[in-house]
Amino acid sequence: MASTDAPFESDLVDLRRRIAELEEFPEGTGRRREIERLRVRLSKATVEIYKGLSRWQKTQVARHSERPHTLDYIEALMSDWVEIHGDRAFADDPAIVAGFARFAGRSVAVVGHQKGRGTKERIRRNFGQPRPEGYRKALRTMKLAERFGLPLVSFVDTPGAYPGLGAEERGQAEAIASNLIEMAALRTPILVMVTGEGGSGGALGIGMGDRVMMMEYATYSVISPEGCAAILWKDQEKRAEAAEALKLTAPDILELGVVDEIVPEPPGGAHADPAGAIRRVGERLAAALEEVADRDIDELLEARYTRFRALGVLQAKPRKRGFRALGG
Amino acid sequence: MAWFRKSKKPREVVKERGRSSVPEGLWVRCGGCREIIYAKELKHNQQICPKCGYHFRIGARERIALLIDEQSPRELFNDIEPDDPLEFRDSKTYRARLEESQKRTGERDAVVVIEGHVEEKPVVMAVLVYSFMGGSMGSVVGEKITLAAERALARRVPLLIVSASGGARMQEGVLSLMQMAKISSALARLRESGVPYLSILTDPTTGGVTASFAMLGDLNIAEPGALIGFAGPRVIEQTIRESLPEGFQRSEFLLEHGFLDLVVARGELKETVSRCLGHLS
Ligand SMILES: [Zn+2]
Repeated sequence: MASTDAPFESDLVDLRRRIAELEEFPEGTGRRREIERLRVRLSKATVEIYKGLSRWQKTQVARHSERPHTLDYIEALMSDWVEIHGDRAFADDPAIVAGFARFAGRSVAVVGHQKGRGTKERIRRNFGQPRPEGYRKALRTMKLAERFGLPLVSFVDTPGAYPGLGAEERGQAEAIASNLIEMAALRTPILVMVTGEGGSGGALGIGMGDRVMMMEYATYSVISPEGCAAILWKDQEKRAEAAEALKLTAPDILELGVVDEIVPEPPGGAHADPAGAIRRVGERLAAALEEVADRDIDELLEARYTRFRALGVLQAKPRKRGFRALGG
Repeated sequence: MAWFRKSKKPREVVKERGRSSVPEGLWVRCGGCREIIYAKELKHNQQICPKCGYHFRIGARERIALLIDEQSPRELFNDIEPDDPLEFRDSKTYRARLEESQKRTGERDAVVVIEGHVEEKPVVMAVLVYSFMGGSMGSVVGEKITLAAERALARRVPLLIVSASGGARMQEGVLSLMQMAKISSALARLRESGVPYLSILTDPTTGGVTASFAMLGDLNIAEPGALIGFAGPRVIEQTIRESLPEGFQRSEFLLEHGFLDLVVARGELKETVSRCLGHLS
């Protein structure tokens, strides 16, 4: 499974398997030395492969099924977790989890996309693609956070909002739009961590905050490389070209000012060392929480406005002659 | 028999009707009842089919003329031009696409913002230009709509936004996506201040435009038969692997499901907007 998630690292997967097999062997003279030799090879090969990843290969890492997902972070980094359910209008959406927990000495509210692991669970979680009731559950959690003075932590990891018939009927667009306007004005600090796929409006729907962070091999994009390739190249197979053009990797997104910092991943990506990745995320979240948790809320909202207000690249030019005058 | 040949490509002809600057044929086929209509008759009828009431797409400048009292209202923020932050290229460069759209439409990007009056009530109004790269939202659209909302707030004048867009502009990548957040932030302030915002949705309004400002009006008003949704119909069909029911994602469908306040025919739009503004401001 792992090698189909990221075909370019099949050598690494082989090496890891051989090491694991040797570790099962009874103690013997050559065994330990052989394991050591393979480990050195693995570490060299990992550095070699990962320093040259293309944007499409990073996209595959961001989607890797062994990458930690929201509930893995909550379980490892937080305590006293209480998951809440439902939008109080239609249903509970398993593609978004929400609740309350203790983190870094405080109670916090948490929302996050949840991809499943294993076929059955992946289907139940709809591959992390929320329906409107998911966004409305998240909104309900945000409003509770505001009311009870809890900082909000949001984990972003979705291919996108679900493009289904029922989702449209129940107002997917309205649900995302409402979250945007509410997050802009939510009177409590918000931390956002993009842990995997930042898939378009479906990601942004829980993705506005005072600190927006992104893991080293996460992606953030207006459209999936496949979707973009289908529209602009008229060929889904051109996804690697589309990924290059979209500039969707963490360093690109940092340069565009959309995220404030990149959280480095262990060598070989988060799926190679989930515990190490989770620890790093926890450290950065705790530091960011420390920075924003006790700030004056009006100042924070002003800064939040300025932060998003500044995004975009354009040119200011006086009007050229030859453009049509209005009403003329 | 020349006009019969022309009518064999109804989709293209219908598309042509959205562009005011393109020379028009004498006859067009209606996208609703499929009848052949005399173009002049259509023009005198605000681009509505006299036989079945089908609303043809109209351009941003025609829309302004339809809603605003002034013959030449003041255009705002028109000194902003698009840039190419990603140096994006597919089969064509983004710069080439921009230039082509600018030449063809006479607009600099996909939105026009004006200040004027609707039946003597002052408004700031932004209108998306569908003929400019499908009305797609990049940095310029985001900036100009945000400026429009900020001006409406500063002057305490109602904001109108007329949407006609396929959504975010892929060629500006994640920055296009962030325009949703930027505009929504400005609308949040407007909402807190009590200055009304009317969203007018026209054919088509989809993607990131629907999932941000188009659905955030204090009142959401649509023209009849407009396609309004988050995902495009083709994407949904590919996902669920069946064809969509008749009328799915059309204005009347959204009204029935509770996402619009009103569906109003083009001929009554100005008066309706004026009446709403009278109540809210
Ligand atoms: Zn007709």
